[in-house]
Amino acid sequence: MNAKPGAAATAAGEEQARRHTIAISVENRFGAFARIAGLFAAKGYNIDSMTVGPTEDEAVSRMTIVTHGDDQIIEQIIKQLNKLIDVIKVVDLTYDNFVERELVLAKVRATPQTRSEIMQITEIFRAKVVDISPQSLTLEATGSQQKVDAFIKMMKPFQIMEMARTGRVALKRDFQGEV
Amino acid sequence: MARQHEDDGRSHHTGRVMTGAEIFVRSLVAEGVETVFGYPGGATIGVYDALHDISDIKHVLTRHEQGATHAAEGYARATGKPGVVLVTSGPGATNTVTGLADAYMDSTPIVVFTGQVPLRLIGNDAFQEADIVGITRPVTKHNYLVRDVTDLARTIKEAFYIATSGRPGPVLVDLPKDVMAHKAPFDYPEKVQLRSYRPTVEGHPGQIKRAAELIKGSRRPVLYVGGGAVQSNSSKELLALAEKLHCPVTMTLHGLGSFPGNHPLSMGMLGMHGTWYSNTAVHQSDLLIAVGARFDDRVVGKVEAFAPESKKIHIDIDPAAINKNVQVDLPILGDVRAVLTKLVEQVEGLDTAEWLEKIDGWKREHPLRYQTGGKIHAQEVISKLSELTGGNAVLVTDVGQHQMWAAQFFCFTLPRTHITSGGLGTMGFSLPASMGAAFGRSDLPVISLSGDGGFQMNSQELATIVEQKLPLKILIFNNGFLGMVRQWQELFWKRRYSHVEMTSPDYVKLADAYGLPGYRATASSEVEATLRRVLEYNDGPVLAEFVLEREENVYPMIPAGMSVSEMIDTPAPVAGGNGRPAEAFVVHDPALIPPLKTGVS
Repeated sequence: MNAKPGAAATAAGEEQARRHTIAISVENRFGAFARIAGLFAAKGYNIDSMTVGPTEDEAVSRMTIVTHGDDQIIEQIIKQLNKLIDVIKVVDLTYDNFVERELVLAKVRATPQTRSEIMQITEIFRAKVVDISPQSLTLEATGSQQKVDAFIKMMKPFQIMEMARTGRVALKRDFQGEV
Repeated sequence: MARQHEDDGRSHHTGRVMTGAEIFVRSLVAEGVETVFGYPGGATIGVYDALHDISDIKHVLTRHEQGATHAAEGYARATGKPGVVLVTSGPGATNTVTGLADAYMDSTPIVVFTGQVPLRLIGNDAFQEADIVGITRPVTKHNYLVRDVTDLARTIKEAFYIATSGRPGPVLVDLPKDVMAHKAPFDYPEKVQLRSYRPTVEGHPGQIKRAAELIKGSRRPVLYVGGGAVQSNSSKELLALAEKLHCPVTMTLHGLGSFPGNHPLSMGMLGMHGTWYSNTAVHQSDLLIAVGARFDDRVVGKVEAFAPESKKIHIDIDPAAINKNVQVDLPILGDVRAVLTKLVEQVEGLDTAEWLEKIDGWKREHPLRYQTGGKIHAQEVISKLSELTGGNAVLVTDVGQHQMWAAQFFCFTLPRTHITSGGLGTMGFSLPASMGAAFGRSDLPVISLSGDGGFQMNSQELATIVEQKLPLKILIFNNGFLGMVRQWQELFWKRRYSHVEMTSPDYVKLADAYGLPGYRATASSEVEATLRRVLEYNDGPVLAEFVLEREENVYPMIPAGMSVSEMIDTPAPVAGGNGRPAEAFVVHDPALIPPLKTGVS
């Protein structure tokens, strides 16, 4: 099991002051994503990351938005999201105990001299090698935002040739504060 | 089939297979739509064909789609029923954007139907194609593109429900040409099922109880009433609350009419051009009860200095309106009328005698007034209009100085009699909106009042008005300036009158060209006679131009973003330096009109 509840809770705790992770259940309809993205653009709210994908119910999509702002702005963001007709439910996960994950794919330059060191670091992060060539290794890492940040930082000296990051997805834990 | 014989053309559940165009028309009938403002075109030709045979719906052909949208707004604001617009794709659709934005800002329930190119051409840059759903997403409460004819009736039902429920607003439905030709069985749904949209109507009993507690003991309360009180038809409940609490009332631009302007507890409008005494009372209040108002920047000015000593209660149906601009102590989410009904039962009379006496003193010391002399002063025309109609008229104003003077000097006594473009401030609103109001209200005279700038923005609707023989009273205030911009240039930009001077056509001749009588008044002495001619005219529309004193300012004024302490009252008359006598002051403050006998204890 990868889950380290304590670590995730601490990470969430540190971000409470400004960063918020908001989960939105939205009707899976044309334009629903554009409405939400447009709301953030029109009102000038920050988006640190935004992900969208299907859920257990095919009529519903779930968006996870990481944003930051003071309490009044966050209150407005949640109210304005609720005001959109297609939005079914908005939950600010920040004050709950939640599991969050991000995924990164990084193509890192690798020579015969550096390859084994890169793979060692990959091991430490419980990341995976998903592709290999004479000049590179493509790595997949998942975890909290901090873990992904740290992974990227460790890979930078080897030269990251290309990188794609998903942004955060999150789910509330069933056990709150009793793990 | 026997079934078809039973179909009288009005039944909502025939189950009969018909085209999208027919379903559309039958759905409007099912919604009880009586009037549609529209303009046909290529993409809606099928829909218009279906409309041709329907006698239950009156279609009004405006001369511009913007006119249609404002007309629908005027209709909705005058009646409380949703206004309906039908236009074609592309330019027809984009011309509705200003009206949609206006309706969105002022929470006006309208439903706009736009034609669209056939589904297979969408995205191809087809002739008269515009992504109107994309364009209008930020200025509608919700919008739809109907991709399947089997969704059409349900979508229309939802559109009307969303437009008129909760905080009302505009909804747009985009209708591709081919979808309207496709066929489906017609069955108009009885109910709307939207799991994601359930407005709160009843206020939370605990919050209402807490509000009653908070009110207790207040010595300097003020009711600050906005458009929500008009939209929710709460005048009766509002009057009951104010009289029970002995609480003075001030209204926003859209709140005017919700509470009688000649009631002794009325302080008229507040905000940038509100009365001196209402702004001062709000500033010194110990309790502010906001009723269906949204703490707009034109009301609040400098946020930190707004009613600093008061506890604030905010009653509103829109959760997002609460704590948006000003932090409040106690929000009550719900329909204003539902909340006030409960709140009235739970409050007790307050001891406000001293407070009311203080406010009465301010009313006498700082009344609304204006200087006379020279040409016609806009304020005297409005005061006279108020006097001659006794407030029994629907006054539809445009945007600018005349709008503020109308709000100050016309004594509104009935809800839905003051219609204007508040939030968006759309010049060109009045003429088409008054047209819509006239279709909705035949019990009261409908008066359109515009400045020379705004009038020229939608004057094409004169043709519609004459064609429809609408009994409109059209008043134009002509000062040859974009007056409000000029006032700001005078006060804050060193009198550098950059591009605010404008000429007008000869309005009397223009009226003649369109086929309605036109009058002109150029001197103070002609004002009353001209107004009487206009009001007494009973053979269709009539127009009158008032040529005004050119550089008149609206006072009082709190400059943008400032507080009550920076309020500029009407300047005192200056004794002429070159031997001229001081100009006379005229006081015509609705608050000083002898009170109605409404049973204030």
